[in-house]
Amino acid sequence: MKMMLRKSILAAAATFALGATGIGSAALAETVLRVVPHASLKILDPIWTTAYISRNHGYMIYDTLFSLDADGNIQPQMVDTVTRSEDGMTVTLTLRDGLMWHDGAPVTAEDCVASLKRWGGKDAMGQKLMSFVDDLSADGDKNIVFKMNTPTGLIELALSKPSSNVPFMMPARIAATPGSEQISEYIGSGPFKLVTEEWEPGTRVVYAKFDEYVPRSDPTSGFAGAKIAKVDRVEWTPNRDIQQAVNSLNAGEIDIIESLVPDLHPLVHDAGKAYIKDPNPPGLQYTARFNVLHPPFDNPKIRQALLYAFNQEDFLEANIGHAEFYQTCKALFGCGMPFESTAHMDGLLDSNFARAKELLKEGGYDGTPIVLMHSTNVPVLANLAPVAKDLMEAIGMNVDMQSMDWSTLVARRSKQDAPADGGWNMFLTAWTMGDLINPLTMAFLNSGCDKALFGWPCDENIENLRDAFARAGTAEEQKQLIDELQAAWLAYPTHIHLGQWNSPSALANNIDGYLQAGVPVFWNVEKK
Amino acid sequence: MVFYLLKRLLATIPVMLVVAVFIFLLLRLTPGDPAAMIAGDYASDAQIAEIREKLGLDEPMLVQFGIWLGNIFQGDLGESFFFKKQVSELIVARIEPTLSLSLVTIILTVSIAVPMGVISAYKQGSWLDRLTMGFSVLGFSIPVFVIGFGLIYVFSLKLAWFPVQGYDRISEGLWGWLRHLILPALALSVIFVAFIARMTRTSVLEVLGEDYIRTARAKGQTETKVLVRHALRNAAVPIVTVIGFAFAILIGGVVVTESVFNIPGLGLLTVDAVLNRDFPTIQAVVLLFSLVYVLINLVIDLSYTVLDPRIRY
Repeated sequence: MKMMLRKSILAAAATFALGATGIGSAALAETVLRVVPHASLKILDPIWTTAYISRNHGYMIYDTLFSLDADGNIQPQMVDTVTRSEDGMTVTLTLRDGLMWHDGAPVTAEDCVASLKRWGGKDAMGQKLMSFVDDLSADGDKNIVFKMNTPTGLIELALSKPSSNVPFMMPARIAATPGSEQISEYIGSGPFKLVTEEWEPGTRVVYAKFDEYVPRSDPTSGFAGAKIAKVDRVEWTPNRDIQQAVNSLNAGEIDIIESLVPDLHPLVHDAGKAYIKDPNPPGLQYTARFNVLHPPFDNPKIRQALLYAFNQEDFLEANIGHAEFYQTCKALFGCGMPFESTAHMDGLLDSNFARAKELLKEGGYDGTPIVLMHSTNVPVLANLAPVAKDLMEAIGMNVDMQSMDWSTLVARRSKQDAPADGGWNMFLTAWTMGDLINPLTMAFLNSGCDKALFGWPCDENIENLRDAFARAGTAEEQKQLIDELQAAWLAYPTHIHLGQWNSPSALANNIDGYLQAGVPVFWNVEKK
Repeated sequence: MVFYLLKRLLATIPVMLVVAVFIFLLLRLTPGDPAAMIAGDYASDAQIAEIREKLGLDEPMLVQFGIWLGNIFQGDLGESFFFKKQVSELIVARIEPTLSLSLVTIILTVSIAVPMGVISAYKQGSWLDRLTMGFSVLGFSIPVFVIGFGLIYVFSLKLAWFPVQGYDRISEGLWGWLRHLILPALALSVIFVAFIARMTRTSVLEVLGEDYIRTARAKGQTETKVLVRHALRNAAVPIVTVIGFAFAILIGGVVVTESVFNIPGLGLLTVDAVLNRDFPTIQAVVLLFSLVYVLINLVIDLSYTVLDPRIRY
């Protein structure tokens, strides 16, 4: 008995000592990249939700047929070749060799067809693409065949869509899950695989390098080219207190903070143990959204008045506050983006109060109170509504700013009731530039009445131009349509763009290869 | 005694029922729509409606309550709207960090506060007494997050003795587990030390003037024996009551500390669930906290019979 007790004590002491020194930990032999993501991952199905954190998870474990390179050009990713019939009515995508799911099965065209069908049923751009497709099928193991009802250049554009919902490929049995249900198996073909048994919902997500992944041979660029996992594991551990995350970074406990507000950059610079790099140089765009169902914003003239009353600098300064992390940009589709254009934008967004007041008068504004929803608990959005309120009051509008948490705002914005009965007139938010890349991905431009997002704009002209853009065969044609769309938007404003800003990452000094893809991705990242 | 115990256990059922009704109604009356949160920023009205239907949120409130209560009686706490996991699984995963933090805190608290209070009472009016009382006022006044950040600055950032944040499970090694808990437990314990030391001092002061203390001294017992065997034991009832409540408060009230130190316990789970309107998770966690309160109360009441043989149920 004494002997046993002694052995137990010795074993406990050994465990204690090993635990204290860290010796004996299996993780020691591995390179582990510890990341603080911008939010906790709750939903593992990036097709079921449009949440950015689920999209980022998607990029970890899934692959895409096409992707955008660092210059915004579309490049094949899982696809090897694209073949078009002469009349453009049949398009065949042939998969490249070596693609494999994380469970060891080969990726087949049938898997991709099932994935495209599920995505096409959920995503707005996917739905648009599918409206041009008569039949989508697999021809053998490698060929995905689109039979079109109208020739379109939309296939590559839609399938390289960088932001939610991204057309990620899944095995057919998983993609067979109805779009109304979440998937329950998480098998992809990307450079990392999810370690399901180590997933602690809301607190920790673990990815392991997928050794069998065969990267492309072209150089890594943006989302495109070779996706090479250079660490053995990536662990996401969210942290509500971002200052504490900075302390952890400076103490060497973590390697990357995905998104860091500029106010905290001095803490990183002063400690000298980490540096700042932006994975998304075009950044995000602040946006004011109108509800066109109710007065006064049912009148385009009143909406136009705000295009003249607002100026981007005030919103950016009040929320970001550091000029090096924001830029004013009058281009509706963003600066530094493929469809940047300032056509028809002269004189707008300069706080021309005289012109704004004229438009209010022309529109017959009668002092109707405007319910402005103010989100208070998301720091980067919290100061937007007060600035909007000031500028609207400066031109004589009657503003009822109602403060609430983001969850309440999200619920309320989907209500079509009159503002006095629990509805709303306006709120402000932010979009990542990847979502605003063209007229089909820019959700707030959708003016399909009941089919449009909350705010429900309804304009045939804008919808015709969006359709024409989807059918456009050449880049010149698309650029021409962008200018026409900006004119249509000016006549019927659906929302107001309030400037671009950045929320860069902080990386420990020994981290290299962090890509500027537009979304934080962790292939190519090395820990030296 | 057994009859009393049964009676008290049965009495928890109506208490829990009232809590269940209250929390269910409170959540339904709070603005916010879990379906809209799940669907994400880009979702259409149709997508949100589809999710709402899937979650059963389109059913009348009474039907939703009936289904939930029925499931509870069968031991099913429901499935989290967000994590697509059983709430019971989530709670089991999060209970270890919260229990660990609460236990270490309470051990730390008791081992500091009780001797502090006893010595303070014994040396009433001395500089030691004044120091203890001064600390009590300070402990009450400083918010836990300020203490937390102060400790992190000194012990993590400057001295690098302890990690800034995080939690290691006990199965991953005892030292790693303890190392991650020392600072948060210290931060949390300050207010409880202040409270319990003050309570101990008052209780001990009361009994130090009693005849049996004088008798014990007259019998020639050492001052330590007088203090521990006679004074402290007779002063124990209110002290144990406060310690019990402190433990109950700790289990349900470590939200700020868990946030500052990024400890993935029940507090963080609750915050996440509230912000996302994850109704099944909030309901289950609140029910659990209520149950803990009720049971700790029961244990405190039962402990009185051990501490004071005059008390009988």
